[in-house]
Amino acid sequence: MSVKPLRGLLLLPLALLGGCHLVLLNPAGDVARQQSDIMISTTAIMALIIVPVLIAIGVIAWRYRASNRQARYDATWAHSPQLELLVWAAPLLIIIAIGAISWIGTHMVDPYRPLQRIAPDQPVPAGVKPLEVEVVSLRWKWLFLYPQYGIATVNQLAAPVDRPVKFKLTSDAMMDSFFVPAMAGQIYTMPGMQTILHGVINKPGEYRGFSANYSGSGFTDMRFKFLGMSTADFDKWVARVRAAGGDLDRKTYDQLRVPSRAAPVQYYAHFDTGLYNRILNLCVDPGQMCMSQMMAADAHDGDMHGDAAGNAMSMPHAVLKPAPAQAAAKH
Amino acid sequence: MLEALPHRAAIWNFLFGRLTLDSMPFLKPDLEGRIVLVTFIIVAIGGLAILGAITKARKWGYLWKEWFTSVDHKKLGIMYMILATVMLLRGFADAVMMRSQQAVAFGPHMGYLPPEHYDQIFSAHGAIMIFFVAMTYIVGIMNYVMPLQIGSRDVAFPFLNNLSFWFTFWGAMLFMLSLFLGDFSMAGWLGYPPVSELQQGSGVDYYIWGLQLSGLGTLLTGINFAVTILKLRAPGMTLMKMPVFSWTTLCTSGLIIATFPVLTATLFMLALDRYVGTHFFTTGGGGNVMMYINLIWIWGHPEVYILILPLFGVFSEIVPTFSGKPLFGYSSMVYATVAIMILSYLVWLHHFFTMGSGADVNSFFSLTTMMISIPTGVKIFNWLFTMYRGRIRFTVPMLWTLGFLFTFTIGGMTGVMLSVAPADFLLHNSLFLVAHFHNVIIGGVVFGSFAAVNYWFPKAFGFKLDEFWGKASFWFWQIGFWVAFGPLYILGLMGVTRRLSHFEDPSLQIWFIIAAFGAFLIALGILSFLIQIYVSIVRRKAYAVGHDPWDGRTLEWSTSSPPPDYNFAFIPLVRERDAWTDMKAHGFRRPLDGFNPIHMPKNTATGVVIGVLAFACCFGLIWYIWWLAAASLAGVIAVAIAHTFNYHHDHHIPADEVREFEHAGNWQPETRGVNA
Repeated sequence: MSVKPLRGLLLLPLALLGGCHLVLLNPAGDVARQQSDIMISTTAIMALIIVPVLIAIGVIAWRYRASNRQARYDATWAHSPQLELLVWAAPLLIIIAIGAISWIGTHMVDPYRPLQRIAPDQPVPAGVKPLEVEVVSLRWKWLFLYPQYGIATVNQLAAPVDRPVKFKLTSDAMMDSFFVPAMAGQIYTMPGMQTILHGVINKPGEYRGFSANYSGSGFTDMRFKFLGMSTADFDKWVARVRAAGGDLDRKTYDQLRVPSRAAPVQYYAHFDTGLYNRILNLCVDPGQMCMSQMMAADAHDGDMHGDAAGNAMSMPHAVLKPAPAQAAAKH
Repeated sequence: MLEALPHRAAIWNFLFGRLTLDSMPFLKPDLEGRIVLVTFIIVAIGGLAILGAITKARKWGYLWKEWFTSVDHKKLGIMYMILATVMLLRGFADAVMMRSQQAVAFGPHMGYLPPEHYDQIFSAHGAIMIFFVAMTYIVGIMNYVMPLQIGSRDVAFPFLNNLSFWFTFWGAMLFMLSLFLGDFSMAGWLGYPPVSELQQGSGVDYYIWGLQLSGLGTLLTGINFAVTILKLRAPGMTLMKMPVFSWTTLCTSGLIIATFPVLTATLFMLALDRYVGTHFFTTGGGGNVMMYINLIWIWGHPEVYILILPLFGVFSEIVPTFSGKPLFGYSSMVYATVAIMILSYLVWLHHFFTMGSGADVNSFFSLTTMMISIPTGVKIFNWLFTMYRGRIRFTVPMLWTLGFLFTFTIGGMTGVMLSVAPADFLLHNSLFLVAHFHNVIIGGVVFGSFAAVNYWFPKAFGFKLDEFWGKASFWFWQIGFWVAFGPLYILGLMGVTRRLSHFEDPSLQIWFIIAAFGAFLIALGILSFLIQIYVSIVRRKAYAVGHDPWDGRTLEWSTSSPPPDYNFAFIPLVRERDAWTDMKAHGFRRPLDGFNPIHMPKNTATGVVIGVLAFACCFGLIWYIWWLAAASLAGVIAVAIAHTFNYHHDHHIPADEVREFEHAGNWQPETRGVNA
C-alpha cells in the first residue's frame, strides 16, 4: 500500500497554508507513520464519493433553480429502483473498502502487539530487545522508569533511534492519555490498570509529548520532551541521568504525587524495585494491600470474577499468577 | 447571618447546608470575582427590566393563563424555542471566552482565565449547547410540528408535555444559577471521573442535578411523542404515508426512551459516589472509571442521533417543498432512518478506542461506526435526487438546507476518518475531533434548527421572517463556521489537543486568532438572527401570509396560520403521502359549516408547581440543605398524587366558537372554502 503520491497531493495545499508542520501527516516514527498512512489512504478512498457529491450539490442546485425554465421539471418523479440501488450500493462499496483497511490496520498497529518491523521493509533485527519503559502519569507530570537501566526521569523521555520501545503505562490518580504524536498513537493511562504501547522513533530529534486526555486544572502543563537519539547518544544520556544521582524511593515518590504544575525535568540514578508494580496495584503506601494480592486471594477462593489471566488491561501476569487450570478453563 | 462554615451555629448549618457567603463568587475581590460581578449586575438589570416591563404591561395574568400553564403543544413548542435561543446566547458567550483565551494565552502570556475558570467554561459550554440548546431546539420543533403534521389536536399526554418543559426549564436554571452561586463542574461536558469525583464543592452537583431534571423532562417527552405518533395519526395515515419528519420524530423518541434511563442511572451512580461514598466509579474499593465511560457513551452516542434525526426530517420536508417535487425514495429514507436508529446503539466504544480494548473489539466498533455512514449517505443522495428535475426556490430555509448539505457532507467524511480505529489513535482528543463534532452539530443541528425556524415561523405566527436578515444570518454562520473550525482541523493535524488553556509554541497562535475571528463572524450570525426576529415582528403586517405560504405538502399547511387551539376543525382524511398536496390537487374545499364541539384538555398549574418544587429539591441536594430537599420531594409526590384526583382536566370548545374561527381565521383567499 503505497501512499507516497497521495501524501504529496494532500500535503501540497495544506503546506501552502503556511508551512506549518502537520505532524500527524508526516510523523517520524514507524507506528505513527502506519497510522497516518491508513488515515490518508482511507480519506482518499472516501474522496472518491465525497468530492462528486459536493460538486453535485452545487451543480444540481444551480441547474434546477426555479428561474431556469430550460431545465426539465418533473413534478411527480420520486422513485427509481436503479438509482436507489445505486445510492445504497455506492456508499456500501466505499465502506467495504475502508472497513477492510481499518480491520487489517487495527490489528497491524494494535498498541499491544510487539513490533515486527522498525520501518517499511525493515524487520526488527534478530537479538534486539525492545527498550522497556514504565510510565506513570501523576498530577500533573510524567514519571518514566527504565527497569533495564535502573534509572528514572520526570518529564523527559529518551529512546534510541530504530529500537522498538515497549511502554507499560499506569496512573497515580487521574485518567490521562500518553501521546507522542511523532512516534505512535496515544493510549490512556488509568489508576489501578495497565495499558501497553509499542512504538519506535526513526529519526533523531526532540519531539513533543503530553497528556491528551483532560485530567484537571494542571493538565495544560502536562508536557514532556521526547528525545530520539542515536544509540551512542542514548548511552551518554543514561550515563548523565546516573551521574545526576538521586534515589527515587517511596518518600521521593510521595513528593512527586503531590499535585503540581509545570514540574521541572528530574533525573534519578536509582529507583526502588517493584515501585511500578506497587503503583499499579495501588499499594505504594505502607500497610495497603495490593490489588494483585487481593485478587489472587479471591482466585484461591475459587470465585475469581475478573479474567485477569487473559486480559492485559488488568493485573500483570507476573504479579497475579492464577492457577494454570483456571486460566486454561477461561480460554 | 451567613458566616463561614466552621464557626457558625448548628442551626445555620441546618438551614443553609454548605451555602455560605464564600459561595458567592461575585463577592470575591479577584479578577474572576469582578467578571462574575459585572455579569451578575447585567443579568440582574436585564432581568429586572423584563420583569418590570411585564408587570407594567399587566401581562403576568396573560403569561400565566396562556403560556405557563398551557398544555397546548404549539405554545410549549414556542417556549422551548425561546429557552433554547436564550441558552444559545449563554453557551456562545462561553465559546467566545474560550476562543479569546486560546487566541492570547501563548508563551509568557497566561491569558485572562486561570485553568480552574477555563475548565468550568468548556464544561458548561458543552453541556449547555447539547442539553439546553440542541436538545431544546429539536424538542421545540418536534413539539410544534409533529402533532400538526399527523393531523392531531395535541399530543397524547398534554399535561406531561407541560411538565416536561418545566423540568427542562428548571434544569437550565440550575446551570445558570451556578454562575452566581458556587461554581460549575470542571469535568468536561460528560463529567468523566476521576475529575468529577475529586472536584470538591457544588460544581459537579449542579451538573448532575441539572441534567437529571432536564433528562427526566426529555424522557417524558420521548414517551409522549412516541405514543402520539403511534396512536393519534389522522385516519388513513398509515406509517408508510407519514411525513418523514414525523418518522424521524418517532425514531428519535424511540432512542430517547431506550437511552435516557441509562443517563439517569449513570448520573445517579455518580451522585451516590459523591454523596454517600459508594465506589461505582472510584479507583479504590472495586470501582472502575471505565464503567462510567462506557455507560455515559451508551447514552451519549445515541444522543447525537437523537439530535440529528429530527433535523434530517426537517430537511426532508424543506427540500421537496422548495423543489416542487415529492421526496425522492421515501421508503429508502424511512429505512435509512430506522437503520441509523438501530446502528446508533452499536457504536459507543469508538469514543475510546484508545482505552486499551484490544484489536478485535476496536475493529468491531470501527466497522459498525462506518456502517452508519451508509444510510446517512443514502439520505444525502435522496435529497439531491429530490432537487434533481425540480424547480428550486432559494428561500432562506432552502439556503440553510444547501449549507447543511455542503457542511455536513464534509463533517461526515471527517467522522469516518475518526472511525478508522488506527487513525483515531492519532486523532483522538485532538482539535481535529473538536472541529469534526462542531462540523456535524453546527452544520446539522444548528443549521437545521434555523432552517426549521424560518420554514415553520409563518405557520406559528402568520407572518414570514425577514429575508434580508435571514440571508445575512445564514452567510455569517456559514462563513464563520469555516473560519472558526477550519483552523481547528489544521491544528488537529499538527497534533494539538483539546481543553488546553495555554500554549508554548508561538507558531500555533495565528490559527487560534483566525478561529477567534470565525467566532466573531458567528456572533454576527446570531445577531442577524435576533435582528431578523425583531424586524419581522415590527413589520408583521407587511410580512403577513396566509396558511400555506410555501406551497407546502403536509397537513400542517392545511390549517390556519397560526392554527387554532384545536388545530383542525375536522380531522383530515389521508389518502396519500404528502397529504396536503394530494388534497390541493383534488380541489379540497375547506368546510365552513357543520361544526361540532371539540374536546380539548384544560390548562393546569400542576406542571409549574411540580417544576418549582423539583428545582427546590435539586437546589437542596446541591447545597446539602436536607430539609429543603426532603420537603420539596415530598411536595412533588403530594402534588403529583393530588393531580390524579383532578377530574376537571378537559373541556369542549363550543361549535359556535369553532365556526367563528373557521370563518375569521387567517386563510389565503384563493383557498377560501365553501359552505358544506
